[in-house]
Amino acid sequence: MSIDYIFAIPLVPLTLFLLLGILYKRIKPSVSGYIGVLGLLSSTVLSFVAAYQYFFVHGKVNGVYESMVSSTVWMNFTPTLHIDMGILIDPISVMMLIVVSVVSLMVHIYSRGYMKGDEGYTKFFAFLSLFTFSMYGLVLATNLFQIYIFWELVGVSSYLLIGYYYTKGTAVAAAKKAFIVTRFADLGFLIGILIIGYYTGTYDFQTLTDPEGSAILNWGATSFMGLSVITWALILIFMGGAGKSAMFPLHIWLPDAMEGPTPVSALIHAATMVVAGVFLVARLFPMFYFVENGFALNIVAYVGAFSALFAAIIAITQTDIKRVLAYSTMSQLGYMMLALGVSGYDGHEGVGYMASMFHLFTHAMFKALLFLGAGSVIHAVHSNLLKDMGGLRRYMPITNITFLIAAMAIAGVPPLAGFWSKDEILVAAYEHHKLLYFVAVFVAGLTAFYIFRIYFGIFWGKETAYAHPPKESPLSMTFPLIVLAVLSATVGFVPFSEFVTADNVGFEAHINYPLAAIATLTGLIGILLAWAFYKKTSTLPDTYARTFGSFYKWAYHKFYMDEVYLFVTRKILFRQVSERIAKFDKKYVDGTMIGIGNKTVLTSTKIKGLQSGRVQDYAYGFVVGVVVLALVFIYLWTN
Amino acid sequence: MITGISIYEILTVTSILFFIGVYGFITRKNLISILISIELILNASVVNFVVINKYLYPENLEGVLFAIFIIAVAAAETALAVSIIISLYRQIGSVEVKDTETMKY
Amino acid sequence: MERILFYSIAIIVIVFALASVASRKMLRSVIYLLFVLCGIAGLYFMIDYNFLAAIQLTVYAGGIVVLIIFSVLLVHHIELELEIAKFPKQIATGLLCLSGLGVFLYTLYSYDFHVIENNMTTTTQSIGEKLLSYEAGGFILPFEVVSVLLLAVMIGAIVLAKGKQKSKTN
Repeated sequence: MSIDYIFAIPLVPLTLFLLLGILYKRIKPSVSGYIGVLGLLSSTVLSFVAAYQYFFVHGKVNGVYESMVSSTVWMNFTPTLHIDMGILIDPISVMMLIVVSVVSLMVHIYSRGYMKGDEGYTKFFAFLSLFTFSMYGLVLATNLFQIYIFWELVGVSSYLLIGYYYTKGTAVAAAKKAFIVTRFADLGFLIGILIIGYYTGTYDFQTLTDPEGSAILNWGATSFMGLSVITWALILIFMGGAGKSAMFPLHIWLPDAMEGPTPVSALIHAATMVVAGVFLVARLFPMFYFVENGFALNIVAYVGAFSALFAAIIAITQTDIKRVLAYSTMSQLGYMMLALGVSGYDGHEGVGYMASMFHLFTHAMFKALLFLGAGSVIHAVHSNLLKDMGGLRRYMPITNITFLIAAMAIAGVPPLAGFWSKDEILVAAYEHHKLLYFVAVFVAGLTAFYIFRIYFGIFWGKETAYAHPPKESPLSMTFPLIVLAVLSATVGFVPFSEFVTADNVGFEAHINYPLAAIATLTGLIGILLAWAFYKKTSTLPDTYARTFGSFYKWAYHKFYMDEVYLFVTRKILFRQVSERIAKFDKKYVDGTMIGIGNKTVLTSTKIKGLQSGRVQDYAYGFVVGVVVLALVFIYLWTN
Repeated sequence: MITGISIYEILTVTSILFFIGVYGFITRKNLISILISIELILNASVVNFVVINKYLYPENLEGVLFAIFIIAVAAAETALAVSIIISLYRQIGSVEVKDTETMKY
Repeated sequence: MERILFYSIAIIVIVFALASVASRKMLRSVIYLLFVLCGIAGLYFMIDYNFLAAIQLTVYAGGIVVLIIFSVLLVHHIELELEIAKFPKQIATGLLCLSGLGVFLYTLYSYDFHVIENNMTTTTQSIGEKLLSYEAGGFILPFEVVSVLLLAVMIGAIVLAKGKQKSKTN
C-alpha cells in the first residue's frame, strides 16, 4: 500500500492557509469561503480513501494492523539519534484523520454562515486552515519532535483563533491565558522529550512503543528519586498532554477560550485540539503501560477521573451555555484519560484503550454538534447566557432536534453514539478499580443532568419575550448540524474494537448488560431530574442551590481555581521570586554592564584631552618621548 | 676650522639653540612665534651640518649643499606659512593657536 | 682672538634666541631672530664658508625675516602684548628642554669625533660645480626638485594669500 498520497492531506490546508493569508485583502469573502470548504472537502475525501485502504484493502498483516512510515531524516545528531519528518499511519492516526477531517469540514461549512459579514472573514478561514494543517501534522507525526512542533503549531493557531475578536479585551486576555498555560505545560513535555531522547537514544514512535523494544525493556536502567527516569519523562509528557487536554489543574484556560468564535470552540476546544493530549498518551500507550508497571498510567487514570468529576460539578452551576459545554468537554476528556489509565494491553485487556479512542471519536461528533447548535442559538438570540433564552423550540426546530440528539448522545441514551463508547469506558473502569467506576458512573449522571439542564433551559423553560423573534439559522449552518446529528446517532454502531486497539490486533466487544443498564439508568435519572427542575419555570433549582449553600457557591466560582492561580503567580511568584530576580538583574547584572559603559565614557572624557588637536601638545609629547627613549637607550643599553 | 675652538663647543651652542627653539615651539601661543621657533630649530640643524662637514670631512661639500637645500626649503616653508597665516587672519581675524583649534573639526 | 669672537657670537646667538622666544612683543621677537640669524652667518664666516654666510644673510635675514615682519605688520598691532603659556607649563617645558639638552650634551661629549685639522677654503666655484654636476655625487637632481618646489610654493602662496575672488570684490 502506497501511503505517499497521504502527504497531500496536510498539504492542502497548508496551501489554503498560505493562499488565503497572502491574498487576504484581495480575495472576496464569498470566494475564500468556498475555497476553504472545497480544500477541506478534498482533504476529507482523501482521509476516507486512506481509511478505507488501510482498514479494508490493505487490512491486517499477520493478524495485526501494521504501522507504516514514510519519512526523511531532517536533523542528524548522531548516527542513531536523528529527527525525521514524515507520516506514520496506524489505526489511531487514521481514526484521527477521519475525526479532524469531518469536524473541520463541518466547521468550515458552518463558518460560512456563522461568520457572514465579519470583517476578517478571509483571515478566519486562513486561521482555520492553519489549524487544520497543524492538527493533521500532529496526528501523522512519526516522532516526538515532530509531534512537538505541530503541538506548538496547534497552540499558536488556537491562540490566534481565541483572540480572533482582538478588539475585545476579554478575548485577548483569554488568548494569552490559553497560550501561557499550555506553554507552561509544554515545558514539561519538552523536558520529557529530551529525557527520552537522552536515555533511549531515539524519538521514533515505532521504536519507542515496541513492547519488545529496548526503550521499554530497559526502563529500569536509570532511576531518579525512586522512579525510573523514563517514568519521570512520561509524567512530564503527560503534563504537556494535560495542558492541552485541560486536565486538572491545568484546565483554567479552556473555559476562557470560549471567548473565541463558536465554530472555533467546536473545532479546536471540543473536537480536535483538546484531544491531542489524549492522543499523545494513546500514542505512547505501550510506554505508559509497560514502564514501571504502569505507574505513570495510574496518574493518568486518577487525574482523568478527578478532572471528570470536578468539571461536571462546575458545569452544573454555570449560566453561560458555552462555558457549560467547555466544562463538559473537560469532563469528557477526563473520561478518556480515565479510560486510557485503566486499560490493559493485550486483546480484551485493552478495552480501556479502545474505549478511550472510541469515546474520542464519538465525543468529537456530538460535542462539535453541541457547540455548533449552541452557536446557532447564540447567532439567533445574540447572547451566551441561559437567562436570555427559553422556548426556542418553536423558533428553531432543526437546531432543537439536532441539539436534542447530541444531548442524548452525551448523556448515554441508547442507541446513540455516546452510549456505546461510555459503556466501554465503564466496563474498563469496572474491571480495573471499583472506586474509579463509581466516580465514572456518578459523572455520567451529572453529565446527563447538566446537558439537559441547558437543553431545557434553551429550548423549553420559561417563555422569554424576544425583541426580535429568533429565526432558524441558514442552510449553511443547519446542514452541518444535520450531518453531525446523523453521525452522532450512528457512529456508535461502528465495530470500533475491530479496528483500534492497543495491540492493533482487534477483538470482539460485547455489551456488558448489567453495567450498561446501570449507566443508562443513571443517565435517565439525570435527565429526569433536569426535566423536573428546568422543564418549566420552577423554584426547585433555587431551593437546591440554597440547600447546598456554600458548596454551590464554590462550584459556581469554579472552586476559585483562577483566584488560586492568581494568588500563586501574583503574590508568590511575582512578588517573592520574580521581583527579587528582577532587582538582582537590574542592580548587579545590568549594573555591571552599565558601570563598565559609564567607566569607559568617564575614562575617555578624562583622556580625550590628550587628543586635543593642538600641534604643540603633540610636539610636547613627542619631545618627552624622544628624551625618555634617549635616556633609556643611553643608560639601559649601554653595552 | 676655528682656531682654538673644538667641535664640542660649537655643537653645544647649536644644541642650546635647538632646545630654545623647541621651548618656543611648545610654549608660544601665536602662529608667527611658532614660525620663528621653527626657524631657530632649522638653523641649529643647518649649523650642525656645516660644522660637521668642516671639522670631520673638510674635502667634501655635501654638508654645505644640504645646508643650501635646507635654507631653500625653509624659505619655501616660511613663504607658505606666512600666506596661510594671512589667509587665516582674513577668515577668523586672529592668529592665536587657540582660535585655530576649530580647524580640527 | 678667534676664541673671543666665537664666544661672543655664541653668547649673542643664545641670548637673542632666548629673547626671541620669550619676548611678548611680536615685532621685537622677529628682530631678535634677525640677530640670531646674523650671528649664525658670522659663524659661517668664521669657518670659512663665505658663500653659505652670504646665503644666510640674503635669504634668511633679507628674505625670511622681512617676510615675517610683513606678516606681523599685516596681522598685528605693534603694541599687542602676546599671550604666553601658563607658568607651570613653562616650567615643565623648560625642564623637559633642559633634560633633553642634558641628554644631547652627554651623548656629544661621550663621542669621540675624529677631527681633521685643516684650513681649507671652499670657493663658490666648487660649490656651484658640485651643485650642477651630472656625474656621480652631483646634486643636479635635488637642485631641480628644489626649483620645482619653490615654484609650487610661489603659486601656492599667491593662491592662499590672495583668498577667494568673491571676498575681494565684496
